[in-house]
Order: sequence, then C-alpha cells, then structure tokens
Amino acid sequence: MTGPAVSLTGAELRRGPRTLWSGLELDVAPGEFVAVLGPNGSGKTTLLQVLLGLLPLSSGQVRVHGAPPARGSAAVGYVPQQRALDPLTPLRGRDLVGLGLDGHRFGPGLRGRARRREQVHRALAQVDALDYADAPVGSLSGGEQQRLRVAQALVGDPSLLLADEPLLSLDLARQREVVELVDRRRREHDTAVVFVTHELNPVLPVVDRVLYLVDGRFRIGTPEEVMTSANLSQLYRTDVEVVRVRGRILVVGAEDAPVHHDVPEEVGVR
Amino acid sequence: MSTLDLLQLGFVRQALLAGAVLALLAGLLGPLVVGRGMAFAVHGTSELSFAGGAGALLLFGAGAVGWGALVGAVVVALVFGALGLAAHERDSVIGVLLSFGLGLGVLFQSLYTGRSANKFGLLVGQIVGVDTGDLVSLAVTGVVVVGVLGLAYRPLLFASLDPTMAAARGVPVRALSVAFAVLLGATTALGVQIVGALLVLSLLITPAAAAARLTASPLRATVLAVVFAEVAVLGGIVLSLAPGLPISPFVAGIAFATYVICRVAGSLRTRRRASRTRVPASSTATSTSSQSALASQSPRPRS
Repeated sequence: MTGPAVSLTGAELRRGPRTLWSGLELDVAPGEFVAVLGPNGSGKTTLLQVLLGLLPLSSGQVRVHGAPPARGSAAVGYVPQQRALDPLTPLRGRDLVGLGLDGHRFGPGLRGRARRREQVHRALAQVDALDYADAPVGSLSGGEQQRLRVAQALVGDPSLLLADEPLLSLDLARQREVVELVDRRRREHDTAVVFVTHELNPVLPVVDRVLYLVDGRFRIGTPEEVMTSANLSQLYRTDVEVVRVRGRILVVGAEDAPVHHDVPEEVGVR
Repeated sequence: MSTLDLLQLGFVRQALLAGAVLALLAGLLGPLVVGRGMAFAVHGTSELSFAGGAGALLLFGAGAVGWGALVGAVVVALVFGALGLAAHERDSVIGVLLSFGLGLGVLFQSLYTGRSANKFGLLVGQIVGVDTGDLVSLAVTGVVVVGVLGLAYRPLLFASLDPTMAAARGVPVRALSVAFAVLLGATTALGVQIVGALLVLSLLITPAAAAARLTASPLRATVLAVVFAEVAVLGGIVLSLAPGLPISPFVAGIAFATYVICRVAGSLRTRRRASRTRVPASSTATSTSSQSALASQSPRPRS
C-alpha cells in the first residue's frame, strides 16, 4: 500500500445548522503521526467517526486506504476516550482484546480459535499487558485499562490507528507510556496515526503534523508551522499567545475565545 | 410415596424435562443480562408477562395463558430494548410499567371466576401442570434462543459489555438490544409459567450473578451459570416432590445458597490473590512510576 492511509478532499461536515468544518484537505501517509487539536465541540471526534465509517460527510470525499470508509474494517484500529470500565464487567483483559479482533462478526466463530488466541497474545505482548491479561478488566488501573484499549485497537493489525483522547485522566507517566506504545507501533509497522487530543505536549516529541480545528476554521502543518501566535490568534479570533518553554508549547489566551463550547484547560497549561 | 417412586411418574419426568430446558436458556442468557445490568428489566418483564397471562386466562381460558404470558413479556421487553442502555432512565420506566402491569394482573385475576389453581400458578409456578403442548413451545423457544445466540453471541457480548467500542466497530448495538430483549422476553414468559413471576429472577439472575463472582471469563461464566441454574431447577423439583410443596421456594433456596457460597469463595480468592501478587506488584509499580516520573522530569527542564 503506497497511497495515503487517509485522504480527505473538500470535506465538509454539518450538524444541523452548524458547519463543524468545511474545505478540509488532508492526506495522512503510512507511518505518519497526525495530532488533531482544538476546543470541545470543534468536530475532532466527529472526524474520527467519519473515518470509522459511522458518519457520512455532508460534502466532499473521504478515502481510507483508497476506498470509502467501511464499518468494522480490520485495517482501522480505534482507541476510545479513556473511561473506566465498570468494576464488575465480566471480562478479562484477553477477552476485551479478543472482542476488538472479531467481536463485530456474526456466526459461531468456532474455526481458527488457535490463530485467534495467538493474535490476542501478540497484541497483549505488544503493550506489555500479559501480566494482567487474565485479571478482570474492572479491577485494573486506568493506565492498565488504557494499555488493553491500545492492544484492542492493534489486534487486527491495522494500517490506520484512530485514537480519541486516549490520554484523558491519565497521569503524566501513564500518558507517556501510551504515547510511546502508539509511536513504537507506527514506526515498526508503518501504521498511520490520527490522534485526537486536548494536549499537544504529551505527543509533541513524536508528532509529524498537527490539524488544529477551531469553530470551523483550521490549520494543518508541522507543530512549528501551526503553533504560532499569529495562527492561533486567527483561529480563535482573539489575541492568543504561543510560548515555547523547556521544549513545551504553552497557549495563553485561548480560554477567553468566543467559541461555541467550553474551552478545555488549554494545551500544556498546568 | 417416596421421592424415588414419584420420579417414575410421567408428569414428574415432563416437569424435569421442562425445568432442564428452562434452566439451560436461563443460564445462557443470564451472564448477558447481568453484564447489561438488566436484572430489574427481567423483573419488570416477568410482572408484565404475569399480567399478559392473567389477561389471557380471563378472556380466553386456561389454554391461552402461555400465549398471553409470551405476548406480555415480548411487548414489554421490546419497549425496554428500544430504550437502549441508558440505565438511570430505564430503571424508572421499568418501575412505572412494572407497577402498572402488576395492577392489571391483579385486576384480571380478581375478575376471573374459574379454578383458583390457574390463578395462583402464574405467581408461584405450576411445573407439575406442564403438558405436552407446553413442552413443544418450550422446545421451540429453546431452539430459537440457542440458534440466535450461536449466530450473534460475539456481537451481543461486545454490544453488552463494551457498547461504545462495539458501535465504533460497526456492531448494530441498537438492533441487537431489541433482539436480545425478544429472546429474554420469550424465556421470561416460559419461566413465569414454570417457576412463577415472582421467582423468574432466581433463574435468570442468581446463577449468573453467582458465576460472575467466580470468574471473569465469559465462556466459563456461561457454563457455570447453566450448571447452577440446572442444579437449582432440577434440585428444586426433586426436593419438592415428597413434601408436596410448590417448587419455587426450593429453586430459590438452592439458587440463593449457590450465590452466597460463590460470593464468599470469590472474595476469599481475590483477597488471597491480593495478598500474594497485588501488594508486591503495586509497590513496584509505584516505585517504577515515581522513578520514571523523576527520570522524565528532571533531565528535561534542568539540562
């Protein structure tokens, strides 16, 4: 596969009277790591839903590996927002990962069980989760559960990985672990990554390009290109200052911007 | 007559057969019911099934009770299924429908002037009254439930326990929720006629809840739930023969004892596991994480 993993051409998405974004042009190459930034309600998660084939574009074209996105495609892995599983969820880690492999398939699934076990084992090993693969998922910590989520996304051996705020509510060390897992995966397997996040800094060392969405406007480019005071001031339509301190990027002033929804704690302000 | 003599009788054998099929279905569906947090929905479904059976008894006579119970259960299960998985809202809707159905059922029963055994049977069960027609409908329901589960078990499990992810992977979560509700409604309706509306929970919930205390593996939990349900039903029937009492107290008693034992065994095991692995594991985890946190922070800002 030499073409782009993701290709958006003139993509527009409307929700009721609101246009979330329009005129979006984005190609994501195999092995490329693209971070999607922006305040809540700017259509970051919606973009992932389009790529998952759950939501059609209002106009324009979307291609995943050269074809329209297909629901449940094995070539696309998905890491959902970090949310703790119910403590009594009757699943072990390896069951959760196995559901990511063939949980969407109908039929008794009696054939190929040995191969399935092997694939699940490999995915668990990739995220160093073999130690707690047989424990009930609800008894695991947030970081352990998130590792399992990454394994669940990788078990189908995807060439495109979509992640929706996978770092939310993880502490700094756990955030770094998840970012390292994803980065290792794309380097070793040439997997394209579209990574939705509130915070750029945890992914800054590994990110190739940034798509910054604000209220229907957007910028695409390397972090150096996009993360400038001039760019973000235009995006937020207010005076925003971007400061680089000790290898981190701090954005000041975006909190006061008149966007539709509440602005999250901004990139890297701690 | 002794229990052994009674076991030779045809109607006792039919009762055991009916009980075995019901327990199989309840054990297969139970872990999904527990995983979806639908215990209260089962209770609501059984009360509405009771109302349907009582209404059919009043209007069409004893022969229509099974159909009435089935219609009542499936209709209400469809309503619950269509409501989806938003638990907090679902519970109040179930409470509203449950009390209404119970009221209707009591009204139908008090208007009915026939044999009082027919009336009482829907609440506490009348397994010794199982006839060949009941066995046929039980067998048909059994084949349908097992067939649908065989085809749709993986998506059903995915949609029940991990709905967000299942939806992202293209699993038709809403449609499966409705399909599951129909299976549950049909099984509940049979349970209402055999163990009675008041004790359907002891077959659909208790064995699965007991199994969940022992294992987190869906396959093992299902096997255990089937075994527990079979023991409760078959054991309940056999024990009830000699004293000539209704089966439901025995079924419920055995199911409850199983649950208590599993709960105690499960908590003993987690405590043992915790003292053996969890303490060293967590202490090393905190030390490594604090080390890596230090390692990650000190070189970068200072150097």
